[in-house]
Amino acid sequence: MSRNVTVTVNQSEHTCEVEPRLLLVHLLRENLGLTGTNIGCDTSQCGSCTVLMDGQAVKSCTVLAVQADEANITTIEGLAQEGELHPLQESFWEKHGLQCGFCTPGMIMTAHDLLSRNPDPTDTEIRHGLDGNLCRCTGYHNIVTAIQAAASSIRS
Amino acid sequence: MYPFNFEYHKASSVSEAISLLNQHDGAKVLAGGHSLIPAMKLRLSDPGVLIDIGKIDDLHGINASKGAVTIGGLTTHSDLAASIVVPIGLSETAGTVGDQQVRNRGTIGGSVVHADPAADLPTMLVALRASFHISGPTGNRTVSAEDFFTGMFETDLEDGEILTAVEVADEQSGTGSAYSKLFNPASGYAMVGVAAVVTVASGKCTEASVVLGGLTPSVMVASSVADSLVGVKLEETSIAAAAEAVQNDLGSDVLGDIHASADYRRAMAPVYVRRAVAAAVERAG
Repeated sequence: MSRNVTVTVNQSEHTCEVEPRLLLVHLLRENLGLTGTNIGCDTSQCGSCTVLMDGQAVKSCTVLAVQADEANITTIEGLAQEGELHPLQESFWEKHGLQCGFCTPGMIMTAHDLLSRNPDPTDTEIRHGLDGNLCRCTGYHNIVTAIQAAASSIRS
Repeated sequence: MYPFNFEYHKASSVSEAISLLNQHDGAKVLAGGHSLIPAMKLRLSDPGVLIDIGKIDDLHGINASKGAVTIGGLTTHSDLAASIVVPIGLSETAGTVGDQQVRNRGTIGGSVVHADPAADLPTMLVALRASFHISGPTGNRTVSAEDFFTGMFETDLEDGEILTAVEVADEQSGTGSAYSKLFNPASGYAMVGVAAVVTVASGKCTEASVVLGGLTPSVMVASSVADSLVGVKLEETSIAAAAEAVQNDLGSDVLGDIHASADYRRAMAPVYVRRAVAAAVERAG
């Protein structure tokens, strides 16, 4: 029943033998030890488990590992380059875009997708873009501010 | 949460998928998986075999030619929402599905065959008089969207068949389409979803198609509303009057749940009919 799945995660290729029912989030966390991606609701609602799959934000609790075969995955661990935080990470830090931090990896990966589609979003567009991500600390205001700051930093 | 275990096959062509589907009793087709995987995780669904069609190239993409737009069954809501060749009401509808992450994975074909009464795309596709291309062990067939949806989570799709594409006509000048929706505050599904397609000539409505979702067990054509619109000069008061006719279309079987009772949905129906029709008229120019 097991199958081999080959995924490129944060630019490094891995081949894993998995059960077809294994979820992508478990492949990342358990097989590859990348625990930056969190599991929140586990029912495709909270967005904590968001990663980029071929550049697009997906909820990794609702993707089977076998569906990610040959895909390019980016997790929160893959954003910083050569010790330099990604502008989104930098701005979440600077603008206090997190409180407990549990939703943060998902928020940042979703924001990454949003800014790739719309490099200069309004606050309303950011709030709509984050429809699929919940912050139970309710710290949305500074999350929006942080994404605006990152957008401006990326544009310049 | 893990689903029950299952046997997994990846198909590389439509014919291979159909052959696999017909070799395995009870097998289900996996496209984007955004209806199926949550149901399997909650163990509401336990297909012993999944046939993954997600990598079949022929099922991807949107092609416009000779007055028609053909949308591959694996086209995601996200791609549909960004498309400038499909009728504007269809891209608008796709943009209201779930959230960005869900739209990146969920597909038009998956939404259509799942036939959730609270889904968005079926409502608009019936209003646009779309047709669905289906392949099966005995060949290909085409069925109209209106005939396809037969009940709550029930369709005309037979065992062993796959929906390969959705076809809609190009939107002509003078015709406008729009979707208006009362969102479930938690899930974003339609508690009331109204699709309207309206053609206007010399200031009067010459053709109208209004379809309701979220209200009844299956998509419902609001023919009383459409009849009240045709032949009329469409302005605020005439649209509002026509929208009230939706009560004649709804009948007694209106859905209700903890988010919105049947009475509340019924009261909201004319409001969303009015909004959808007014937006379609505006787009018809």
